[in-house]
Amino acid sequence: MIEKYGPLKGEMLQILDEKGQVKPDLEPKLEASDLRRIYGLMVVTRAADLKALKLQRQGRMGTFAPSLGHEACQVGSAFALQKKDWVLPYFRDLGTFITLGLPLKNYYLYWMGNEEGMRIPLELNIFTMSVSVSTHLPHAVGIAMAAKIKKEKAVVVAYFGDGATSEGDFNEALNFAGVFKTPNVFICVNNQYAISLPVSKQTAAKTLAQKAIAFGFAGIRVDGNDVLAMYAATKEALEKARSGGEPTLIEAFTYRMGNHTTSDDASRYRTEGEVGEWAKKDPIERYKIYLKGKGIWDEAFESQAQKEAEDLVSDAVKKAEDTPPPSLDDLFIYTYKDMTDDLTEELNELKAFLKEGGQ
Amino acid sequence: MMLNIVQAINQALALEMEKDERVVLLGEDIGVDGGVFRATEGLLKRFGSERVMDTPLAESAIVGTSIGLAVGGLRPVAEIQFMGFMYLGFNQIISHAARLRNRSRGRFTVPLVIRIPYGAGVKALEHHSESTEALFCQIPGLKVVVPSTPYDAKGLLISSIRDADPVIFLEPTKLYRAGRQEVPEDLYEIPLGLAKVVREGEGLTIAAWGAMIPVAQKAAEIVEKEGLFPEIIDLRTLAPLDRKAILESVQRTGRLLIVHEAPKNCGLGAEIAALAAEKAILQLEAPVLRVTGQDITVPLAKSEDYYYPSPDRVAWGIKKIMES
Repeated sequence: MIEKYGPLKGEMLQILDEKGQVKPDLEPKLEASDLRRIYGLMVVTRAADLKALKLQRQGRMGTFAPSLGHEACQVGSAFALQKKDWVLPYFRDLGTFITLGLPLKNYYLYWMGNEEGMRIPLELNIFTMSVSVSTHLPHAVGIAMAAKIKKEKAVVVAYFGDGATSEGDFNEALNFAGVFKTPNVFICVNNQYAISLPVSKQTAAKTLAQKAIAFGFAGIRVDGNDVLAMYAATKEALEKARSGGEPTLIEAFTYRMGNHTTSDDASRYRTEGEVGEWAKKDPIERYKIYLKGKGIWDEAFESQAQKEAEDLVSDAVKKAEDTPPPSLDDLFIYTYKDMTDDLTEELNELKAFLKEGGQ
Repeated sequence: MMLNIVQAINQALALEMEKDERVVLLGEDIGVDGGVFRATEGLLKRFGSERVMDTPLAESAIVGTSIGLAVGGLRPVAEIQFMGFMYLGFNQIISHAARLRNRSRGRFTVPLVIRIPYGAGVKALEHHSESTEALFCQIPGLKVVVPSTPYDAKGLLISSIRDADPVIFLEPTKLYRAGRQEVPEDLYEIPLGLAKVVREGEGLTIAAWGAMIPVAQKAAEIVEKEGLFPEIIDLRTLAPLDRKAILESVQRTGRLLIVHEAPKNCGLGAEIAALAAEKAILQLEAPVLRVTGQDITVPLAKSEDYYYPSPDRVAWGIKKIMES
């Protein structure tokens, strides 16, 4: 399927259109329970995202990068992963984290400014999120190289935005992936803006997916607001990588409905009209219509999903706010495996200073 | 057996790869070509292309994928061809290799060695003579190691590969083939973080490392005729610094001269001088002095000697400090 959509021709995989109409020949075979689960994950993602915004406005959370509008590309792609696969997220990946099972508390803690948030539970193969744009892509390739050398059947998936494709590390990493034929899937979330810069000024290339061609592997543009298309494309790319094939670049064509972060004001660089047009393509709404058509969605299901999301979110907020900040020792002990003499001396000095009432 | 530094490094890599199958090498021209300095000669043939990887020309990806390999459970040893090309991979070292342990609260660690030939004195092209070790020494989470002899090169490299944290392993190009030394054939470790007194003396401590060790030793021979017997400490590990060893010597001799080929301004000499000022000033009988590279871009071959500390210039520094 991936090869059928020529990125140079600007073709895009879409299974579920904006009105919720499905292309039956492309429809992925998912059980009703999975379809429900995907809906629930998208609802939780949105609820958790909106809650984070509120917390930030109330001064209970620091600067935060909202995921509004990205529910389909995050949940759809992550839902296709297997437990042993690795994920390297970027800083706008709430739905990815939620789908993979990272406790929401962790996510909140991180944005509240507590390092404990990135203490990823050992059973999850999720990497710490990358704030420095594109610089985690070489790590994704390295982890994939290690998996290949160790003959593990794990695939390594990395998420990043459209702006990342201009960075050196994107180009170096994907070139390595092509040369070493690593089991990687690169998911470029093209949400049209890198803070204020539109994609048209980021690159002269027609699509971001076509960049894969230069690295010697396939790239595909996928409707990033279509959760079925994201699931299907990611699943195929994962299978290809797992069976010893090549890496794939997936361009998830979507839109950042919110500001870049809570410190940004998107009205400075884009119009209400443009945002309004994209609002009509909402990923949850169209999926809801699809589920309704299948007899899966009804009002009772909706209120149950909303209730579950609400409970999960409020529980996570409570747990995050109840978590104490890292101890002084914790600030120092993760610098090296063992504390150096210099660090011990500095820590003791700081403790003594504070003990004397210093501030 | 008698080995030079290049051979000692080659042997350390081979032995450790044989012992630990997690050890993999990657870098530019390290496979078929055996590395531009031949430090990895023969290893591709011996261990195969999965463990000795010729990479595309991309320093950031070499460091970045090495970080991934380390997180993935391997023990990568990356080679950067020259220190002057290291800067292309610098962000990966600072932003990730050094911090992943902290960022992940200890879950993701980076047992990675980055081998980098460094230093002037070999009449090379621009970008081939850099000695910017201080840039690395300021980064929390990194260890910085510089051997000056074949014996130390082997033992320190083995320790670096076995270390749980990222190690910047700087190899003085000027000393690569400067001389041979008896090096045991077996695996042995020299613990990181320990300096070594390479010449016992009195009245003055010279702190130096890498290619400056033989320069300091020659300077000591020059001043010996004048009845001066400086002690020379080879720091060997620049981060974490062996402060105890430096202080022990300085408190005994009462004078401190630091010799490095990096520019003086904010070089590691400044840190060592500050250490003496903070903890040994009452034992000092003369102001601390630094003999270093100049605060200019390393000149090309014709003028390199004006930049590079020579035995004469170090001897001049010794006399200056003894007269003050």
